[in-house]
Amino acid sequence: MKRILATRELLLLVAIGIVLAIIASRFPAFVTPANLTVVFNDTSPLILLAIGQMIVILTKCIDLSVAANLALTGMVVALVNIAAPDLPIPVIIVIATGFGTLLGMFNGLLVWKLAIPPIVVTLGTMTIFRGCIFLLTEGKWVNSHEMTAAFKAVPRADILGLPVLSWIAIVAVIFFSLLMTRTTLGRAFYAAGGNPHAATYAGINVGRTQFWAFTISGAIAGLTGYLWVSRFAVAYVDVAGGFELTVVAACVIGGVSIMGGIGTVTGALLGALFLGIIANALPVVNISPFWQMAISGSAIIIAVVVNAQANRSPGRIILKKAEQAT
Amino acid sequence: MTQTRSIPDRLQSPAERYLKSWESLLLLVAIGIFVANSFASPYFLNAWNLSDATFNFTEKAMIAFAMALLIISGEIDLSVAAIIALASTAMGAAVQIGVGTEGLVVIGLAVGVLCGAFNGFLVTGLGLPSIVVTIGTMSLFRGISFIILGDQAYRGYPPEFAFFGQGYVWWVISFEFVLFAIIAVIYAVILHKTNFGRAVYAIGNNATGALFSGIRVGRVKFILFLLTGLMSGVAAICLTSRLGSTRPSIAFGWELEIVTMVVLGGVNILGGSGTIPGVVIAAFVMGLVTFGLGLLNVPGIVMSIVIGALLISVIALPRLWSMWRQA
Repeated sequence: MKRILATRELLLLVAIGIVLAIIASRFPAFVTPANLTVVFNDTSPLILLAIGQMIVILTKCIDLSVAANLALTGMVVALVNIAAPDLPIPVIIVIATGFGTLLGMFNGLLVWKLAIPPIVVTLGTMTIFRGCIFLLTEGKWVNSHEMTAAFKAVPRADILGLPVLSWIAIVAVIFFSLLMTRTTLGRAFYAAGGNPHAATYAGINVGRTQFWAFTISGAIAGLTGYLWVSRFAVAYVDVAGGFELTVVAACVIGGVSIMGGIGTVTGALLGALFLGIIANALPVVNISPFWQMAISGSAIIIAVVVNAQANRSPGRIILKKAEQAT
Repeated sequence: MTQTRSIPDRLQSPAERYLKSWESLLLLVAIGIFVANSFASPYFLNAWNLSDATFNFTEKAMIAFAMALLIISGEIDLSVAAIIALASTAMGAAVQIGVGTEGLVVIGLAVGVLCGAFNGFLVTGLGLPSIVVTIGTMSLFRGISFIILGDQAYRGYPPEFAFFGQGYVWWVISFEFVLFAIIAVIYAVILHKTNFGRAVYAIGNNATGALFSGIRVGRVKFILFLLTGLMSGVAAICLTSRLGSTRPSIAFGWELEIVTMVVLGGVNILGGSGTIPGVVIAAFVMGLVTFGLGLLNVPGIVMSIVIGALLISVIALPRLWSMWRQA
C-alpha cells in the first residue's frame, strides 16, 4: 500500500518535472529560483484549500462551499477592518479563522446530525454564502484605499526571502502531514472514508469525524479568505468564483480518491502545484489564457484515469499463497 | 443512523399515499408561492407575464428530466451547462460558414450526444466515478468554447432559427413550453411505464443486484449519459435561439441549478428513488420563486439564497420533523 502511494506521488512529481523541463527548454527564465518562489506564492491559496478539501474528500464527503466561504470571510474581515481600523492584525486573523470555522461547522452539522448528503449541503451553502456577501454590501466593492496598510501588508511581508503567504502554506503542509499521519484524528479521517462500517465497529464516530473534516476545511477557507482579500486588496461578491472546482481538481490530480479513504497532504500539495505551474506558465509560453480551462479539465480526466488504473491492480488478495496453492 | 422498521398492521390506502407524498407537499408549496405572488405584486396575474416566467425554467427543466434519471441510477452529470456552451459554440461557428436552420439543429443535437457519449464512455467504459469525470469534462467542454471564442461572441443566426426560443405556438403558449411539456411526458413514460425505467430504479437501489438480475448496467447508464447530452443539446438550441448570440460563458452555473431542481423534486441524490412529476412541480416552484422575487425587484443573487435555502430546508425539515417526533 505504502509503495503504491509513493509511486503515485512520484508519478506526479515526474509529470511536474517534465512540464518544467519543457518550459525551461524555451523559456529558461521561468525556472529560476526567484520565479519559482513567485509561482509557489501564487499557488499558496490553492495549496491551503486543497489540504482542507482533501481531508473532507477522505471522509467520503465533498465541500463545494470553500470558495464561497473564502469570499464571505474575506468580505467580513474587510468590513471589520473598515469599521475598526485600529484592530491589531492577529485579531483579524483570529476573526477570519473563527468565522470560517463557524461556516464549516454549519456544513458539518447538517451532514452529521441531519445526514443530508454533503454535495447537497455544500451546493446549498455555496449559494447562500455568496448571497450573504451581497446582503452585507448590497453588491458594493471594498477597495484598496479603504483597507489599512497593516491589513494589506501581512501576506506580502518578507521572512527569510519568502512572503508570509508562502510560509503559511508551508506550515500548513507540515502541520497537516503530521496531523494526518501521527494523530488518532488523522487516522480516523482515513478510517471513516476507507470503510465506514469497520470504522464504526472500531469505535470511530463517522458522522463526527466528517463534522471535524468540514470544520477544518472551513477554518482553512476562512484564513485563506483574509489572505486572499488582503493580497489582492479588494473584496467583492465574486471573489474566487468557481474556485471550488479548481480545488477539487487539485485534489483529484494529487491522487485523492473521490470514493474516500485514499489521499495524502503531499498529493494535494503536488496537485495544487501542477495546476499552479500551468496557470503561471501559459502567459509565459504565449498560449492564450483561454486555454487554461480546457487544460485543467484534461488534466483532471487524465489523473482520474491514471488513478483508477493504479487502484485496480492491487486488489485485496490477502492469502495469495494459499490461493495459488489450491 | 440506525433505523428500526416495523411492519404496519394496515397498508396505507393509495389515496393516503398520494396525499402524504413528496409531490403533494411540493404542489402545496407551489400553490402557496403562486397565491403569495399574486397578492405581493399586481403584475403577477397576467397571461403574458406568466408566459415570460416559464422561460426561467423550461430549458433547465428539459435537462433536469434526463438528469433525474441519471441521478436515480446513482450517477451525476455536472458537465451539462458546459455541453450547452460547446453545442452553442459549434452552432455559432456553423452559422459563420452559412449553415441553415436545419443544419444548426442537427449540429446542436450531435454535439450534445457526442459529449454525452464521451462522459458515458469514461464512466461506464473505464469505470470512473461520474462526479469527478464530469467535473473534468465540464472544464474541458467549456474550455474548448473559450479556446474557440475567447472574449468574442457569435451572432447572425438566421431569422427562422429564432422560432425555437422566441416563437409562440398559440396565444401565450411558447414553443419552448410545449417542448418542455412533451419532453416531460416522454420522460415520465420512460421512467414510470417501461422496463428501461424499472432498470434505472433497480440500478440505483442495488447495481450489483441489478447486474445479477440480467440488467445491462453499463449499457443503461451509457444511454442515460447519451440522453442527458441530447437534452443539453436541445436546451442549447432553445437558449441560443432565445439569446440570439453565443458567448463561452453561456449558461454558466446552470449545472447546480439543474441538480437543485432535481433534488427539490424529491429525487434521492444517492439514487434509487424519485419521480418525473416531482421534477415538473419543482421546475414550476423554482420558476415561480425567481419570477415572483423578480417582480418585487429582488436582485438575482438574493434569489439564489432563497433557492439554496430551499434546497437544504426541503431535505432538512422532514428529517428534523421525524427526529422531533421520535424524541
